[in-house]
Amino acid sequence: MSSASNEPLLSARNVPEEPFTGTPPFESWGRYPRYNATIKPLHWQSDFPRVIDGVHTGVLAVGMGRSYGDVGLLKDGTLMPTTSMNRILSWDPETGLLIAESGMTLAQILDFAVPRGFFLPVTPGTKFVTLGGAIANDIHGKNHEAAGSFGGHVPMFELVRSDGTHMLCSPTENPDMFAATIGGMGLTGVITWAQLRLKPIVSRMIDYEGIQFHGIDEFLAIKKQYPHVEYTVAWLDCVGTGKNFARGVFMLGDHSKEPGELKPSGKPKLVFPMDAPGFLLNKLSISAFNTVFFHKQMKKHVITKQDYEPFFYPLDAVHKWNRMYGKRGLVQFQFAIPWEHAVEGTVAILKEITKSGLASFLAVLKTFGDVPSLGMMSFPLSGFMFALDFPIKPGITFPLMERLGDMTREFGGRLYPAKDACMTEAQFKAYYPNWERFARYKDPAITSSFWERVMGHTGGAR
Amino acid sequence: MSEVQAKAPKRILILGATSGMAEQCGRLWAERGDALFLVARSSDKLAAVAADLKNRGASFVDSAVADLDDTNHHPELLAHAINSLGGLDVAFVVMGALGSQEAAEKHFPDAHRLLHTNYVAPASLLTWLANYCAQRHAGTLAVVSSVAGERGRKSNYVYGSAKAGLTAFTDGLRNRVDREGVKVMTIKPGPVKTAMTQGMKGQEKFADVEVVAATLVKQIDKGTDVVYVPGIWRIIMAVIRAIPERIFKKLNL
Repeated sequence: MSSASNEPLLSARNVPEEPFTGTPPFESWGRYPRYNATIKPLHWQSDFPRVIDGVHTGVLAVGMGRSYGDVGLLKDGTLMPTTSMNRILSWDPETGLLIAESGMTLAQILDFAVPRGFFLPVTPGTKFVTLGGAIANDIHGKNHEAAGSFGGHVPMFELVRSDGTHMLCSPTENPDMFAATIGGMGLTGVITWAQLRLKPIVSRMIDYEGIQFHGIDEFLAIKKQYPHVEYTVAWLDCVGTGKNFARGVFMLGDHSKEPGELKPSGKPKLVFPMDAPGFLLNKLSISAFNTVFFHKQMKKHVITKQDYEPFFYPLDAVHKWNRMYGKRGLVQFQFAIPWEHAVEGTVAILKEITKSGLASFLAVLKTFGDVPSLGMMSFPLSGFMFALDFPIKPGITFPLMERLGDMTREFGGRLYPAKDACMTEAQFKAYYPNWERFARYKDPAITSSFWERVMGHTGGAR
Repeated sequence: MSEVQAKAPKRILILGATSGMAEQCGRLWAERGDALFLVARSSDKLAAVAADLKNRGASFVDSAVADLDDTNHHPELLAHAINSLGGLDVAFVVMGALGSQEAAEKHFPDAHRLLHTNYVAPASLLTWLANYCAQRHAGTLAVVSSVAGERGRKSNYVYGSAKAGLTAFTDGLRNRVDREGVKVMTIKPGPVKTAMTQGMKGQEKFADVEVVAATLVKQIDKGTDVVYVPGIWRIIMAVIRAIPERIFKKLNL
């Protein structure tokens, strides 16, 4: 029926491929860096630490490989994918309390929960992350101001250490280990299962509002007008200069209160077919992309209903969209800057980016609220959050990243390890002054290339 | 897709319930509300799988920890399971072990264990189950054999010979009890991405267990005599069987 010639340019797949199969080297979502590693999957809660008997390298549990840099990689070490450890251990339809093994993905949780009238309390921009990964990076979503970060919705989890100790962790039981593990980048042990408090919904639909803006002041003005909307985020054009400087679209959403269908997702998805050649990715093409995106919303103000899939996960619709950046990959720059310097810092950094001439498809600007994170090493802090991707251009990208990282530090902010491939040891230690305290809770057998890098250790995993 | 929805829940006995294939089929059965009885050796793993299937919507889940190699206890175990389910619509015999061909070549007790787990023990289960079903003129016995049983190869002929025996056993059993209204299915999977095949060369190219399970659930509803999953293996194995022995014996397969 289908010959090679009528194969669609984008092929359809229902589920993304498992990231840590096939032959090394392995990469995370940014495709930089790439490291060799041995794979020892965890299929059962009892597999760790048994699977690392006789293993003499460092080890690291990994999920879907959707962090960007090296927080989920371990050069010449042993990676333990958890994705087949995805069982639902308990479900209470009255309270929405789910207990699941840590390799269950948020996509799988949604498939289970949405038809039952429940939704994730916090979700990032992709649903292809595991529960364990969501805790280990203490991820945040568009509702940070209302809900805080992910760890705040995890009443308890089990942590298994490499010496075989099982620890129940909660704010009252082993509270220090609980705080170290939330946002602890997988370094404190292996999370075998976790509780997650889901929230009720009555419809898949999101009441959506999109508003164009020009400049950070307009962004803040819109923000002020809608203090009670749960989900807020803005897309920002970092290529535009002059009157187009910092133009963007402010997107707001709430779960619809009008009862609607709660059918599961599961429509076919598209796969970006191949690595884009480098020449596709110049300032002109990105600028065109951004203009199209800006004007996709032709009207200044749009009010509509939207399914939650395109609202939360617009890029999940194209599997492997990271191939758009070609084989060299991309790095993401994501900062949080406290209110005190938020506007000034963001404008200065945006100008620095514009000056560099490096273009980005997507920049995201939102505000973090003041719900405190439970993790010792959590990224969010009350103020501005800004994220954008850069293609890797030799001689340009990395020096720029270092400059931007230093500027972030001067404005009292920090970068996000889950997205990082570049921060220096000095930057890390300044961003996360708790690091010394945190290091006391690290499991001696577990490490990551990120940790080795920001601790200033060179070479591979021992 | 929807034709199965309206029917009464099936009473399904899964023998070897913690295998990757059994677990995925179990999820599909659970999601449509079937009643399940699970048997496996490890109590920890069984507890996790049983909880998962119950939470995913199975109308009933019970389980028993048992070493299915122990054929003496089969009658007692099977009677208990069927009493718990209140009858039997499907028995899914999915127990098995890949073992190590290398160890089995060097040390016969290893080979003996593989032959026992993959042939003798399932034959014992099927003997009891077939007699139970034949008396009642109902039931489907869905038995997981393997494409490895189609032709012995140097890389896994011990496992393969046990599966060849199991295939012949199910073929013969079908011939005997089909006329009694009992369906016997011989299921021949190609290599599937599960814990059992972890670390095998080329595992990333193996069939996804979710896809295999979806096919199996559909075929078990129909009671198809012989099922290759994925279907391409029917053709591949026809080709492999057709290679003349004087050539085949020189190949590295």
